[in-house]
Amino acid sequence: MEQALNSLANLGRIFLDAIGRLGRAALFLFEVVRAARVLVRRHFLVIQQVYAVGVLTLLIILVSGLFVGMVLGLQGYNTLVRFGAEESLGLVVALSLVRELGPVVTALLFAGRAGSALTAEIGLMKATEQLAGMEMMAVNPIVRVIAPRFLAGLVAMPLLAALFSAIGVLGGHLVGVGLLGVDAGAFWSQMQDGVDFNDDIVNGVIKSAVFGFICTWIAVFEGYDAVPTSEGVARATNRTVVYSSLSVLTLDFILTSLMLGEI
Amino acid sequence: MNQPRNGAAKDDVLVDIRDVQFARGDRPILKGVTMAIRRGSVTAIMGGSGCGKTTLLNLIGGSLKPDSGAILVDGISVPDLSTNDLFELRKRMALLFQTGALFTDLSLFENVAFPIREHTRLPEPILRKVVLMKLETVGLRGARDLMPSELSGGMARRAALARAIALEPMMIMYDEPFTGLDPISKGVIGKLIRELNQSLGITSIVVSHDVAETCLISDYAYLMGDGRIMGEGTPAEVQRSGSEHVRQFMDGLPDGPVPYQYPAEAYLEDLTRWNKH
Ligand SMILES: Nc1ncnc2c1ncn2[C@@H]1O[C@H](COP(=O)(O)OP(=O)(O)OP(=O)(O)O)[C@@H](O)[C@H]1O
Ligand SMILES: [Mg+2]
Repeated sequence: MEQALNSLANLGRIFLDAIGRLGRAALFLFEVVRAARVLVRRHFLVIQQVYAVGVLTLLIILVSGLFVGMVLGLQGYNTLVRFGAEESLGLVVALSLVRELGPVVTALLFAGRAGSALTAEIGLMKATEQLAGMEMMAVNPIVRVIAPRFLAGLVAMPLLAALFSAIGVLGGHLVGVGLLGVDAGAFWSQMQDGVDFNDDIVNGVIKSAVFGFICTWIAVFEGYDAVPTSEGVARATNRTVVYSSLSVLTLDFILTSLMLGEI
Repeated sequence: MNQPRNGAAKDDVLVDIRDVQFARGDRPILKGVTMAIRRGSVTAIMGGSGCGKTTLLNLIGGSLKPDSGAILVDGISVPDLSTNDLFELRKRMALLFQTGALFTDLSLFENVAFPIREHTRLPEPILRKVVLMKLETVGLRGARDLMPSELSGGMARRAALARAIALEPMMIMYDEPFTGLDPISKGVIGKLIRELNQSLGITSIVVSHDVAETCLISDYAYLMGDGRIMGEGTPAEVQRSGSEHVRQFMDGLPDGPVPYQYPAEAYLEDLTRWNKH
C-alpha cells in the first residue's frame, strides 16, 4: 500500500517536473527571441557561431550525404529496373532527399554533433560560473551567449540540409550513371521535370527550418537549464540528443501529413 | 537609524546592509546580518565554510534577493532595482568568483578586453593599451596570449582580477581570493588587493577563512558564524576579542561553540543499529 502510494507520488512528481521544464523552456525561448533583436547591431556574434556550427558539422554532413545518396541510387535502381523505369532514378533520388532524407537525416546528425556540443558548452559555462560572471559584469548571457547560438542554428540547418541533398544527388548520380549505366541525360532531365519548386523544395526547406528551430532550442535550453556539475552537464547533453531526435521524427510525420494534406 | 558601529559617517558608507535575512527553502542561511562597509576601505568578512559568505556577496551583487532587510550600495537599494538599473550598478562593481570564472574560449587578453568591448566603444589601439595596463598591474602582460586552461591557479586569480578592474569599478568583492594558493601567491594577491585599494581608491570586500592573510590587509573585519555577525572591529580588536566563538575561529580550535560534528543522533545508537541506514 505504502509502496503504491509512493510510486503514485513519484509519478506525480515526474509529471509536475516535466510541466515545469516545459514552462521554463517556453519562457526561455521568449527571452531568447527578445534578445535576438539586439543582435541586429551585433550580427558578427551570430556569424561567428554559424561558422562554429559549420566547422563542426560540415564534414559529417557531406560524407553522410554522399553515402545516403549512393545507397538511394543502388536501392532505387534495383526496384526501378524491375519495371524498366530506371530512367527515373534521378527523380527518385532527388525527391527522397529533398522531401525527407535531407531535412531528417541532417537534423539527426545536427543534433548529435552540433546540438550536443552546444549543450555541453553552455552547461560547462554555467558550471564554471562563466555565465554568472558575465551577469556580474552587467552583460546578459542570453544576449551574448545564447541568442547568437540559437540564431546560428536557425540559419545553419536549412543550409546544411540543402548541402546534404545536393551531395546526395551527386552520390546517386555516381552510382546510377557511373556504376549501373543509367543514361545521364535521362537522369537529369527526369529530375528537372519531376521536382516541383513549391511542393518539394520549399516544403523541404520549411521542414529543415522547423527542425533547426527545435533542435537548437532544445540544445541551448538544456545547456542553460543544466544542473551545474559535470554529471548534470553529461545528463543534459544526453537529453539534447534524445529529445531532439524524438522531436524531429515526430514533427516530420506531422509536417509531412500537413504538406501532403492526406490526413 | 542606528549609527554604524564602526564609527563611519553616513555618506561614508558604500555598502549598507541592515538586518538581512535569507533562507534557502526552509533552511535559514542568514539570520539578520547588519554591516556598514566604508568607502575606500578594505573590509574582511571571515567565517567558516558554509556560513553564508558567498551568499552575502551574491545578495550585495543583486543575484539573490533577501527575504527581509535592506541592502544599499552607494545609496541605491539593490533588491528593488530593475534588471537594467541593476546592470548599470554592476558596471561600477566587480565580484571576483571563488573559481575565477575566466571565459575558457577567450585568451587572457580577450578576457580582460571583454567588459571593455561590451560596455564602451574604445577604438582598438586604445583598448589594447588599456588591457595591457591592466595586465601589467597584475604582472601578466607577458601571458596575454595564453588561454585560461594554460594558467596556474594563482595566475588565473590574478587574471580574473585584471578583468575585474578593467572598467575601474568603485568596489571589488573578492570571494576567497587566497584559497588553494601557495604562501608566495597569497602574498602577491594580498599586496594587489591593498595596492588597488590605495592607488585607485577601490573599496574592497574580502571574504575569506584565511585569518592571518586577511587580517594583514584589512582595515575592518567582520566574523560570521551561524548566519550572524559574531564579532567585528579592526583586525587587532577582533583578534584580541574575548568571545568564545571568535576565539575558536581565530585560533583554529576544532571544537567549541561551533561543533565539530554535523548534527546527528546519538553516536552509539547509530552504530549499534544494523538494519537500516
Ligand atoms: N544553490 C544553492 N542551493 C541550495 N543551497 C545552497 C546553494 N548555494 C549555497 N547553499 C547553501 O547555503 C549555505 C551557505 O553557502 P555559501 O556558499 O554562502 O557558504 P560560504 O560561507 O561561502 O562557504 P565557503 O567558505 O565554503 O565558500 C551552505 O550551507 C550551502 O549548503
Ligand atoms: Mg563561498
